[in-house]
Amino acid sequence: MIALVDYGMGNLRSVANAFEAIGEKPVITHSRAEIESAAGIVLPGVGAFGDGMKNLRRLELIETLNREVLEKKKPYLGICLGMQFLTDESEEHGLHKGFGWIKGRIREIKPADKRYKVPHMGWNELQILKEGGLFQGLPEAPVFYFVHSYHLEPAEPGVITAVCRHGAEVTAAVEKENIVGVQFHPEKSQRVGLQLLKNFVRMVKEHAEKTADTCSHPA
Amino acid sequence: MLKKRLIPVLILRDGQVVQSIQFRHTNVIHWNPVTAVDFFNKWAVDEILLLDVSRTTENRQKFYDAVHTLSAKCFVPLTVGGWVTSTEEIRKLLRLGADKVSVNTQAVRHPEFISEAAQIFGSQCIVVSIDVKKIDGARRVVIDRGREITELAPVEWAREAEKRGAGEIFLTSIDHDGTRSGYDLELMRQVSHAVSIPVIAFGGAFAWEHLAEGILAGAEACAAANVFHFTEHSTKKAKEHLRKAGIEVR
Repeated sequence: MIALVDYGMGNLRSVANAFEAIGEKPVITHSRAEIESAAGIVLPGVGAFGDGMKNLRRLELIETLNREVLEKKKPYLGICLGMQFLTDESEEHGLHKGFGWIKGRIREIKPADKRYKVPHMGWNELQILKEGGLFQGLPEAPVFYFVHSYHLEPAEPGVITAVCRHGAEVTAAVEKENIVGVQFHPEKSQRVGLQLLKNFVRMVKEHAEKTADTCSHPA
Repeated sequence: MLKKRLIPVLILRDGQVVQSIQFRHTNVIHWNPVTAVDFFNKWAVDEILLLDVSRTTENRQKFYDAVHTLSAKCFVPLTVGGWVTSTEEIRKLLRLGADKVSVNTQAVRHPEFISEAAQIFGSQCIVVSIDVKKIDGARRVVIDRGREITELAPVEWAREAEKRGAGEIFLTSIDHDGTRSGYDLELMRQVSHAVSIPVIAFGGAFAWEHLAEGILAGAEACAAANVFHFTEHSTKKAKEHLRKAGIEVR
């Protein structure tokens, strides 16, 4: 089962619809028990970083997420704001603390040329730096739908798996072990978006099988 | 570099998809708007725009039902408009599954409505729809579904809308609507050069070259309604044509 974490920020229904279209039955929830029993965790989200973190704290979900994702290594997919939370802090409207799972900071996109508008909104082409994983089975340079003004600038090398260009280089996707994050919206990116979600579901199933194996055949 | 967008528009009257000719909405094309979206999903459309042109709000619930059902099947951004007069209404449409909301008459009557809506929901969510008609040779902004002519010039109003926080302009020529003669290119050129936010061209496109003309005149996106209902695989053909015209599309 996949848990879509509901912390009052944005488009959960669209993300649930997209998972349903590929045959999954995700649960929209902010219950700690349901998140603990889920095989995979998805944090969607549209809105301001500070408000989002405040809501997660109020719902007392941060500890649960740390345990499930960092300790138990459950697959985590962060979409847009859910990706930005991965890092240490964000510069959006003041300085706000994030999960700190990936070293780095959320900064405003600053295109060199005025023709490029912020928010970066619309369909843009990815340059994939690391094949496989979420990008398995996608065409070369797939086009995804973006809506954002800030992006993740990691301090650890090698976590970026895709970038795009918008008068500057924009971090489009990151990956660190069981944690993946995408700045774009797979739930609004038609066929390639649904394929990417399928890839995440595959990661969740593989992880669930692996943990089941360890339990039945202790080393 | 962002791709130029192709946007089919579904015009709904009392919950049914209708054809629009110079803002007269007569012919029912599909009884059920979901049929139309099923087609669009198979083809490479970049966004879907849903407009309620009902004469009264008597059957508004049918429109809400359509937004709700469509959004469940629509894996591209969905913009919704018509009869949007308050921020509560915007919130309601977003909850039903819209990604963006377009405002028109209320924004002209109370321009602060744009600022208020942009403040709450973000500029990326607020599309200002501008309907234009030529009156004695001069282009004027028209509101109330084509019924009330204002003193506003489209360029001046588009600039004001941008200043107040509009994220995009949906620009319609009533004179060209349903005439199959192509967009009002002069209008598209004037407005898209006057603002730095994206302009969506609408009204009159019925041939693939019309769509390309709209983009070449400065629009970021080309929209059409009737043509997509009457031609099989229409959006795919439209994309092929745009690509051949040297326009970067998805």
